[in-house]
Amino acid sequence: MRVLGISGSLRQGSHNTNLLRAAAQLLPSGAELELFEGLGEIPPFNEDLEDGPAPEPVQRLRDAVAAADAILIATPEYNSSLPGQLKNALDWVSRPVATNPARNKPVAVVGASTSLFGAVWAQAEARKVMAAMGARVLDRELPIAQAGEETFADSRLTDDDIHSELGSIVAELVAEAETSLAAVA
Amino acid sequence: MRQFYPHLRTVVRFVYAYLQLADYSPIHTQKEPEMSATTTTQAVPVGTWEIDKVHSTIGFAVKHMVVSTFRGQFNDYDVELTSTDDGARLAGKVRVASVDVKDENLEGHLQAPDFFDAERHPELSFESSDLRVEGDQLVLDGELTIRGVTKPIEARGSITGPHTDIQDNQRLGLELETVLDRTEYGLEWNAPLPKGGFALANDVKLIVNLEFSEKA
Repeated sequence: MRVLGISGSLRQGSHNTNLLRAAAQLLPSGAELELFEGLGEIPPFNEDLEDGPAPEPVQRLRDAVAAADAILIATPEYNSSLPGQLKNALDWVSRPVATNPARNKPVAVVGASTSLFGAVWAQAEARKVMAAMGARVLDRELPIAQAGEETFADSRLTDDDIHSELGSIVAELVAEAETSLAAVA
Repeated sequence: MRQFYPHLRTVVRFVYAYLQLADYSPIHTQKEPEMSATTTTQAVPVGTWEIDKVHSTIGFAVKHMVVSTFRGQFNDYDVELTSTDDGARLAGKVRVASVDVKDENLEGHLQAPDFFDAERHPELSFESSDLRVEGDQLVLDGELTIRGVTKPIEARGSITGPHTDIQDNQRLGLELETVLDRTEYGLEWNAPLPKGGFALANDVKLIVNLEFSEKA
């Protein structure tokens, strides 16, 4: 079982990347989380580039999505919405919509933000975008508000309730992926 | 209790239905007073009827952007129609992957978990419990399964024929419609419009036009 983790933040020490590392610790045995590292290298989406081969970073992301059994997105929130680089990457993956590799892929979205609202709108936007792409989107959210250095310690969330909620979301994502694997077997 | 009906009465019903459906109006007029107002008639002539997929359509219509009616259809399906003295049975299975609308991206979206979820529920299915003629209408009761959710439905329409075709085969036409709430079957996608209302109505009309030929 391969879970692809996509952090919407490019920042070194990103809370959302840390959130994915915490999620990795909560996966059951036999499942592993691969962090996608190339988000910052993906060029702006441009329909003029669609006729030729995809830019290499775009192809890497598409391949990673295709190879994954499930996707876990952790997103910050910029101006009450998705970070541009994350939306841009998802737009690349979505093309062409009818055959894009995210179709039917189980997806969960979580998020951390330094604000009071825990990236709750960005998470909703990400779920909407992924559903439009044809993904199997979990109706769950994890808004982690006022994220800071103290939010994580030793690759886990310091707040036990939030840590437990993340574990519950990860478990549901893995269960969805197992159901999908059984359905296509 | 249907199997305990007197044999003669069944025969009379069949003859009546056949003559009525074949539109032999003089006989129909003579026989009608013998039937009570609540009595229904056997809808389909006895036999096994084979679907003609080229001349049949399993379609749907739904209000789009509040103002217009958007239509689509499914092209891959199986339909069985059989009729005995005990009544008729109509059953079918429809492959979701064969959904046909005028945009391939929309076809992809319709197969996605937002709508039919073709990966986990590749087929729609229907099984009739009763098929009868009431007055001038064909009435179909049965259970429709969409996305794994089974619900009873009633469809109404008409039956035409049997009529003899060019190869001297008997042809029969069924046209049926029903309206269902797609959200009851888990097809809940929608998008709010900027000034109120939603992109897609919840009520969807299923429109089925079936042409059959009698199996030898």
